[in-house]
Amino acid sequence: MEEADAQTVEENAPVAAFPWLPEGCEAMADGEYDAIVMGTGLKECIMSGLLSTMGKKVLHVDRNNYYGADSASLNLSNLYAKFNGGAEPPQQFYEALGHNRDFNVDLIPKCIMACGKLVKMLLHTKVTRYLEFKSLDASYVYRNGKVYKVPATATEALSSSLLGLFEKRRFRKFLMYVANYEHGNPKTYEGHDLTKETMNELYEKFGLEKATREFVGHAMALRLDDKYLDEPALPAFEAIKLYCYSLDRYGKSPYIYPMYGLGGLPEGFSRLCAIHGGTFMLNRSIDEVLFDKDGKAWGVRGGNQVAKADIVLGDPSYFPNKRTKVGRVVRSICFLSHPIPNTNNAESLQIIIPAAQVGRTHDIYVVMVSNSHQVTAPGKYVAICSTTVETDNPTTELEPALAILGSIMTKFDDVVDLYEPANGDGSQDHCFISTSFDATSHFETTSNDVLDLYFKVTGARLDLTINADSTKGDY
Amino acid sequence: MASGTGRVCHFKLVLLGDTAVGKSCLVVRFVRDEFFEFQEPTIGAAFLTQSVNLENATVKFEIWDTAGQERYRSLAPMYYRGAAAAIVVYDITNKESFNGAKSWVKELQRRGDPNVVIALAGNKADLHTKRRVEYEEAQKYAEENCILHMETSAKNATNVKDLFREIGEVMYVIDLNQMSRQLGSCPNPLLNQKGKHFRSYREPKNNDNKACC
Ligand SMILES: Nc1nc2c(ncn2[C@@H]2O[C@H](COP(=O)(O)OP(=O)(O)OP(=O)(O)O)[C@@H](O)[C@H]2O)c(=O)[nH]1
Ligand SMILES: [Mg+2]
Repeated sequence: MEEADAQTVEENAPVAAFPWLPEGCEAMADGEYDAIVMGTGLKECIMSGLLSTMGKKVLHVDRNNYYGADSASLNLSNLYAKFNGGAEPPQQFYEALGHNRDFNVDLIPKCIMACGKLVKMLLHTKVTRYLEFKSLDASYVYRNGKVYKVPATATEALSSSLLGLFEKRRFRKFLMYVANYEHGNPKTYEGHDLTKETMNELYEKFGLEKATREFVGHAMALRLDDKYLDEPALPAFEAIKLYCYSLDRYGKSPYIYPMYGLGGLPEGFSRLCAIHGGTFMLNRSIDEVLFDKDGKAWGVRGGNQVAKADIVLGDPSYFPNKRTKVGRVVRSICFLSHPIPNTNNAESLQIIIPAAQVGRTHDIYVVMVSNSHQVTAPGKYVAICSTTVETDNPTTELEPALAILGSIMTKFDDVVDLYEPANGDGSQDHCFISTSFDATSHFETTSNDVLDLYFKVTGARLDLTINADSTKGDY
Repeated sequence: MASGTGRVCHFKLVLLGDTAVGKSCLVVRFVRDEFFEFQEPTIGAAFLTQSVNLENATVKFEIWDTAGQERYRSLAPMYYRGAAAAIVVYDITNKESFNGAKSWVKELQRRGDPNVVIALAGNKADLHTKRRVEYEEAQKYAEENCILHMETSAKNATNVKDLFREIGEVMYVIDLNQMSRQLGSCPNPLLNQKGKHFRSYREPKNNDNKACC
């Protein structure tokens, strides 16, 4: 702020031509910034929010006329247009589903672990004040063609038909160990050294069956594959602990989800950035990132407008020459007129289909939300199925998930490429590029990506030692 | 149910209007009863709460000031969402800002809650010698659009409390209507905008000629 005062520009004077402006170009917004952020996806918005609270002058642009990029929540007409080359939906579409404005359908479905890293970031930045959350009704896991509630408390373990009589006892013992374990307090270790012992060895010692290991690893520890089994147990173990802990806080499931859809998350962080002086421009395409002769980014150009900054950050779509394709994700957005069968009429839930159950390498995820989170019209449900593509026929890969949904009113399929930055840590070219959103149905990997990006940009680790138990940021 | 004594209603209120019309100054005057000749472009005042006490209720406003997303018409939907009331501000010494206000009203009608209560504030009323927008013109526009209208001065405090009180009263009546319509439903007013169909229209206190310092 002091800086702005020192160099007050007369309001109506013609915009000063900056010496760095290329021939025939004018300044984009104020011209000079500390950081230019491209794309208003969740990761980019968290970053611009954090950078502006550090006192950096931020320009945030997006080629779309809405917030959220890939992590937007769309109403019916925008959703239809996106999958039908910009066309208007026919009248029957609204007649079947309901009013346009009642819908906020996520393009990328995810649930938030109630005591996880994203919640810590929300609390740390006090963005919680702009949003309202409600817990998800339930967390389910798939076995042999059927869905079961994930038994994550001693009582649930006792009543779950997922576990045989003896297995119930063993699993209960395991849960007690998880609850009592406190890293740093050897008294609670009961002879295990989780920094050395592998997860497989730990399971072995508790005598857990293969099927139990499967849902613990995939539906509780949220591991993406089975590699964790042969690695030191601690990270996965901490994830199980986080699951149980979050569940304990919120009762029905360990997940929370914002009212009006996930699109509120990037919007909330963008508000944070704006309050700290950030400038936002939607509907602003960027034609190129500008580099100096050493290959270091110094600004961006859109049309004949140019802005300059030391930090150029964005999602991979803004850096077509600096990204590597690392895979594909397939998603099906399914509208239902009923809750998912055999889920006790849950109004919102997550279902994980462990890869091995359906002969795959990657798990399949289902997130279903409805009017109880103000994302659909009353009586309508939206279930989004997703997985990492393994074959040449991606949409058929989701069949096991579609089969458990019951009758589907209408469905939108999407296959997208996943990208990772191909420019190392960005210290050479000053381009800081996020990773595409993966197929997982939670934000743990997303949060890690943001923390990495934060480290690359600032050289410091984001301090998240905030207590995720306090449900409200203070005003 | 409608006795209302000691009832506290919570509402989200947003401010809209062109830059430098005095949105932040109005909020700061209302919340802290202060005025700064050199109000910094909005940072601190972007999210404040303040109550008005009515005869049998307290209306607590959660006030959202714009902060920089409005400059290129890039306000996030979140800004409008759940807002029960909006104050659209123009500067009576700046004709352009009145045109701006009209387009903000349109934007609100398009993007906001269909039943949002809108108030039009002609600010800087203390600068009446430099007036460029006639009271009658704005009043006529307000009547045609069924919105509240008042001229205010954040500088000498004219009509600032009155404006918020006026809105508070309308909101309180809406809240009572809503209560009697959906007994026992969700207690959070921000989640509960449905079922509200009260259009506000109040005779504004005529303040055009009110003397100011
Ligand atoms: N004379 C007079 N000046 C006022 C009044 N209200 C605000 N101002 C002045 O107008 C200027 C702009 O006021 P702000 O409150 O910052 O305007 P704003 O609408 O919030 O502007 P942005 O935050 O840029 O959108 C400041 O210099 C104030 O001192 C008023 O009632 N009378
Ligand atoms: Mg302001």
